[in-house]
Amino acid sequence: MADDALFDFLHMEIVSHVTKSDAGLLQDGDEAMSKLEQIGYSTGYRFIERLTKDLSRFKDELEVMKAICKDFWSAVFKKQVDNLRTNHQGVYVLQDNKFRFLASISNSRQYLELAPKYLVFTCGLLRGALASLGLTCIVTAEVTTMPACKFQVHLQRA
Amino acid sequence: MAVCIGFIGKENSPLFLRCINQSQELQFHYIMHTCIDFVEEKIIQSNKSGSDVRELYLGLLYSSEEVKAYGFVTNTKIKIVIIIDSTNSLLRDNEIRAIFRKLHNAYTELVCNPFYTPGDPITSK
Repeated sequence: MADDALFDFLHMEIVSHVTKSDAGLLQDGDEAMSKLEQIGYSTGYRFIERLTKDLSRFKDELEVMKAICKDFWSAVFKKQVDNLRTNHQGVYVLQDNKFRFLASISNSRQYLELAPKYLVFTCGLLRGALASLGLTCIVTAEVTTMPACKFQVHLQRA
Repeated sequence: MAVCIGFIGKENSPLFLRCINQSQELQFHYIMHTCIDFVEEKIIQSNKSGSDVRELYLGLLYSSEEVKAYGFVTNTKIKIVIIIDSTNSLLRDNEIRAIFRKLHNAYTELVCNPFYTPGDPITSK
């Protein structure tokens, strides 16, 4: 299906466009990262509205996180999150062993320092989705070996 | 025939209100506001009872001599309330659910509109 490739290429183009248009400034690419994250945020926010239209109501946070790992991730990346861990204090770690955007870059530690750029959009996506469901959070990502990556979600409680 | 339809946002701010009779709009704003309480009560109730399948449709919220109010809450905490004239022949449950489904679909499509920021009052034509 052409759909998958389309999304991958579009994402790569967005990343390179935003980083290039920021090249002249001295902020070391921070502005580009926030722009990417913001794009991800609005996308996630709106997308989750469509997705949860037919699902039954969520009872608690854990259920929300599980739904994100299964339904949301399959809808966006055509696979589920491989591992979900929590410390029950509002910190969740989602691990994806074959992250789509990184899979086409490399299979080892090559290009490791360039990987974070490609994870920022997805961080925003997660943040937007959770915000839409009523959970404010901070999402960070880390890569140790491509194409596996971990997303850490810190839920902020009132 | 529904007399009034309202959307209430995440922080309980009114997003949209449309009535058949424009002069009664203020009155319906008040009724909408009281319905927020009923909706939250229903949500807390169903959370405590821990039923297996929780529905988005909340059912009859409030019934008085003049009006009946039905509620619906989405997963993104947007509440939809329909107010119906009591003198009308009773609309069946299915029909009310169908109305809510259509409203939910319309709202979902609105959210996908890039010119709409979620949380703003809805000014769609």
